[in-house]
Amino acid sequence: MGDLSKLTIAEAREGLRKGEFTAVELAESCLGEIEGAGALNAFVHNTPEIALDQAKAADARLKAEGSDAPAMCGIPLGIKDLFCTRHVPSQAASFILDGFRPEYESTVTRNLWDAGAVMLGKLNMDEFAMGSSNETSHYGPAVNPWRRKGSEKPLTPGGSSGGSAAAVAADLCLGATGTDTGGSIRQPAAFTGIVGLKPTYGRCSRWGIVAFASSLDQAGPMVKSVRDAAIMLGAMAGHDPKDSTSMDIPVPDFEAALAGDIKGKRIGIPKEYRMEGMPGEIEKFWEEGAAMLREAGAEIVDISLPHTKYALPAYYVIAPAEASSNLARYDGVRYGHRAKLAEGEGITEMYEKTRAEGFGHEVQRRVMIGTYVLSAGFYDAYYRRAQRVRTLIRRDFDAAFEAGVDAILTPATPSSAFALGEMDDADPIRMYLNDVFTVTVNLAGLPGISVPAGLDEKGLPLGLQLIGRPWEEGELLKTAQVIEDAAGFVSKPEKWW
Amino acid sequence: MSIDKETARRVAHLARIRVEEDQLEALAGEFNAILKFVEQLNEVDVEGVEPMTAVMPMRLKRRKDEVTDGGYPEKILANAPDAREGFFAVPKVVE
Repeated sequence: MGDLSKLTIAEAREGLRKGEFTAVELAESCLGEIEGAGALNAFVHNTPEIALDQAKAADARLKAEGSDAPAMCGIPLGIKDLFCTRHVPSQAASFILDGFRPEYESTVTRNLWDAGAVMLGKLNMDEFAMGSSNETSHYGPAVNPWRRKGSEKPLTPGGSSGGSAAAVAADLCLGATGTDTGGSIRQPAAFTGIVGLKPTYGRCSRWGIVAFASSLDQAGPMVKSVRDAAIMLGAMAGHDPKDSTSMDIPVPDFEAALAGDIKGKRIGIPKEYRMEGMPGEIEKFWEEGAAMLREAGAEIVDISLPHTKYALPAYYVIAPAEASSNLARYDGVRYGHRAKLAEGEGITEMYEKTRAEGFGHEVQRRVMIGTYVLSAGFYDAYYRRAQRVRTLIRRDFDAAFEAGVDAILTPATPSSAFALGEMDDADPIRMYLNDVFTVTVNLAGLPGISVPAGLDEKGLPLGLQLIGRPWEEGELLKTAQVIEDAAGFVSKPEKWW
Repeated sequence: MSIDKETARRVAHLARIRVEEDQLEALAGEFNAILKFVEQLNEVDVEGVEPMTAVMPMRLKRRKDEVTDGGYPEKILANAPDAREGFFAVPKVVE
């Protein structure tokens, strides 16, 4: 009965239905692993009582409904701290939401609980999802379960969904929710050897998820296999009247889409992603990915996405601009932290001190950059121009898809996981470059998935990214499955925690 | 375009974030590094290109203008740092 937490969602689904173990046993296994994994700092608020209550209910439902029970019934999950969960601390890893316990449940987590999933607790992340290494978290960084060969140096699990990635990679849970604004699901998935899927913008409701950049944010699953991504996305997705940007179209059976082959599919290799100074190792890894798809009958074609270079600069106008608007609500009035005032200080001082104390440095910087680019006289030069460039980036992808490309293959990240603290002295732009392969996908609203496909020379996992047509997550998952099967990636971090 | 200490002070105030006097210079430097990076956008010919307003083309849904929620002030106030008699309380605003 041991090692239940190591199961994939698909394996656990089968075991639960066959009665090999109960949802309560499965949850207890995960809770035990979480208990022993404090060194990873992945879970920041544990909810064992909720987990056991939900697991008992799942067992009853599995008994009553048998194989008709939803696929996620009894599956224990970790939830990124960005999701509002009723009466459970939900603070986006920020001090400004210290003590906040929402009176409501986000639509995505509501969907998961309605499908019978079990909440183990809340997961670490970069503050307000702003970061690529989990180091901006108020809780301190989550730690990657992976280490370089022969080294004990703590590495980043990536970010912003770093706690989610570390928890899944270390088998503390079967799956986790993440959110992705510029790469925050795919980069940490790549750094920890797991699968991370950012769906098409509008596939999952954003209602109840603490907003960072509303036109870029999208929730998605972080899991141990491509099949699990299909299963979990099916439970998370769907139209929500409370989010007017969630698309009112049926949620297909993503798992059923995994059947079949990719013969004759056209896979594009964008030449602009061959960055100057790209390590030979990453280039070779990318070529091997292309070879796997060719082997499975796909046609590999060279394509051009000419505005790729401008994606990061556009992102660093649009995302801070939207963040500065979204984060205006943290004013010390309705929830979270409020600064203590000195005699004679009034409401403006309350706002200014509350926000100075409550937001960390990176969040402050981005809010102020956003304020600047939206301020009178600069709006057209920065924000409007960036949104026009964004249109061109989207058109690049449209043109590729119109020319018959079914999916695009790129590396997920420019390197494997780096050490915690390694970027401390670097200028912020260097950290931002982590998202160079992922951020285009958010700007264009497309689905993207990171699949682990090998280890580098240091013994660390590397991920390949596939980018799909809008709303065609099923086809994307099928292609990802081919890479997963061909790469046969089964490595796990050696347990040190 | 370069941000000086005064502009940094103004932006911090607009964003309602207190920045200590001795931090303003460094902050201006950080802003300039980021703005220099985003100024690459000026190389792009955007003549005649519409700014993106909808990520996915869709028609904005309409709904009836009616009250569908509410009536629970205690829940609304549950997380307030200071709530009194059914209201959020803040320092005196009018002199």
